[in-house]
Amino acid sequence: MSDQLTLTPNIDGADDFYAELLAVHEGLSKEDSDALNARLILVLANQIGNRAILTQALAAAALKPEV
Amino acid sequence: MNKIFEVPMYPYERHADQDASTPVRHKVIVVGAGPIGLGAAIDLAQQGIEVVVLDDNDKVSFGSRAICFAKRPLEILDRLGCGQPMVDKGVQWNVGKVFFDDREVYNFDLLPEDGHKRPAFINLQQYYFEEYMVNRVFELQAQGAPIEIRGRNKVSAVGTHPDHVTIEVDTPEGSYNLEADWIIACDGAGSPMRSMLGKDFVGRVFEDNFLIADVIMEADFPTERWFWFDPPFNKGQSALLHKQPDGVWRIDLQLGWDIDKEREKRPENVIPRLKAMLGDDVEFELEWVSIYTFQCRRMEQFRHGRVLFAGDAAHQVSPFGARGANSGLQDTDNLCWKLKLVMEGKAPESLLDSYDVERIHGADENILNSSRSTDFITPKSEISRTLRDAVLDLSEHYEFARPLVNSGRLSVPCTYDGSPLNSADALNGPARSRPGSACPDAPLGDGFLLPKLADKFTLLTIDADAPDVLEESGITVERLALSVTDDKTLALKERYLGDAPSGVYLIRPDQHVAARRPNFDENQFRAAIRRATGQE
Ligand SMILES: Cc1cc2nc3c(=O)[nH]c(=O)nc-3n(C[C@H](O)[C@H](O)[C@H](O)COP(=O)(O)OP(=O)(O)OC[C@H]3O[C@@H](n4cnc5c(N)ncnc54)[C@H](O)[C@@H]3O)c2cc1C
Repeated sequence: MSDQLTLTPNIDGADDFYAELLAVHEGLSKEDSDALNARLILVLANQIGNRAILTQALAAAALKPEV
Repeated sequence: MNKIFEVPMYPYERHADQDASTPVRHKVIVVGAGPIGLGAAIDLAQQGIEVVVLDDNDKVSFGSRAICFAKRPLEILDRLGCGQPMVDKGVQWNVGKVFFDDREVYNFDLLPEDGHKRPAFINLQQYYFEEYMVNRVFELQAQGAPIEIRGRNKVSAVGTHPDHVTIEVDTPEGSYNLEADWIIACDGAGSPMRSMLGKDFVGRVFEDNFLIADVIMEADFPTERWFWFDPPFNKGQSALLHKQPDGVWRIDLQLGWDIDKEREKRPENVIPRLKAMLGDDVEFELEWVSIYTFQCRRMEQFRHGRVLFAGDAAHQVSPFGARGANSGLQDTDNLCWKLKLVMEGKAPESLLDSYDVERIHGADENILNSSRSTDFITPKSEISRTLRDAVLDLSEHYEFARPLVNSGRLSVPCTYDGSPLNSADALNGPARSRPGSACPDAPLGDGFLLPKLADKFTLLTIDADAPDVLEESGITVERLALSVTDDKTLALKERYLGDAPSGVYLIRPDQHVAARRPNFDENQFRAAIRRATGQE
């Protein structure tokens, strides 16, 4: 497995995914949405597992150019 | 009935030193008779080094304080001759439960690894712990060992010199002066020794208060550790329930920062809190109530010339993960054999600098672990609480999130990676026994490996040849010859050889690995002995 974070398009049906992401938040209070986002991050992070990639993902999300 | 912590165990007695016309010089003076000072004194006296312990009190710890003692300190206590009464009296537990809000989110079994003489840890009140150590001091005295303990002897001034230290000691009958070749300062978190030498330190203060109540109750709670995040009976805070011997239970309730401590400590305020937690119909009696705040910090250096700091005097951690006393005993375990070699002229004084390197490494590891537990238990920002709660919610449904739940990490011994005393790892063996690690125990027929490794340098050979004794630069190393067939469970093979067919280990008096190779190579091991004793 590669130790490199993918930063090029990688999701099939990008619009469908985005709609699903919005839908799961529908009707939730700000607090509940924040909680859901937090759970989602943890679920996805576990799926990735690879520590090096997680570190790169954190930097990418912080909009910090790679070190 | 008097509690053991209310009875003077070593009451003040006038000593001839107080009437001497010039200050009497001692080999080693230990300041403080807490668990760490007592450990240091027993270690030295057992090896024939004259030691005097001074304490401003004359009793064991007031109240339970530390209650969890991990395997490594129990192994050290075995070497000090007082591990057995602790394990006999202590409570062992394996199951932990985690609650969030009003529900149990999961439980776990520690499933400790087989083939160790000592359990992963025991629960025991600190006052018993200290009582058994003081008893060991008395036992050594009866055998003629050069050890003394002086109650109500408070060190009030200290002066350092290149080859000795002078101190002033206050007693109920006035002050007197003493000199020592070496001083081990184990005078606790508030260490007057540290202040008197101007070495005080700052650290991270956690803005939080915890109420500790030790209660005696005949409850049929199982012997398990229960930890609550944000329970209904202590909203927004945490709580812990843990069993000790004699039907005593430790209850730990987070209270937050802005409270009136004196008010909260009063029984009329404590009892309703406990009833909310335990239920109205549970009968209990308060044994000890205290409120604590804590800091995570350490001294920049533990060695200051001939004054060596150990235990809480040198470093403090949060109580989560039970690392205070547990790590302090590893300090003196590391220090005493080095001090002995230096005092005997068998190693240069610079060997003591490796105490700094190795135990600062240990202290940093403990501070890191306990700060992380604290950040999880008491989130400091809105987002850290959101993430923490997400972990807990997920942990109820999915196994993957459980390793992220942090209500304190089990104290395990520090591996001295990169220590100047280590020789390069030349065995393609298991990582857990690489140079710098504390030797893992292993069963040997009716007994165990660790008791055979105590107090001296050992050359452990497993299916390998070597001379029975090796003398190098004043250090005598004796061989312990084993074969993988000595342990039918194959734990010895798994923990020390892995896939290697044979192995030779140089093991320090504190049971840490200094060097390992597949076979005995005389030049290499002679160099490793010099290196492990600061002579190279
Ligand atoms: C609530 C609580 C829970 C804890 N739980 C755990 C746990 O589960 N596991 C764990 O490992 N640790 C735990 N700890 C930490 C543990 O209690 C300490 O780390 C441990 O007591 C440190 O031992 P010490 O010998 O360094 O210092 P201390 O026990 O503080 O002893 C210092 C001694 O020095 C003496 N002294 C002070 N000044 C002078 C002076 N000027 N002259 C002479 N003597 C002096 C004092 O009287 C005292 O006897 C806990 C602590 C608290 C408060």
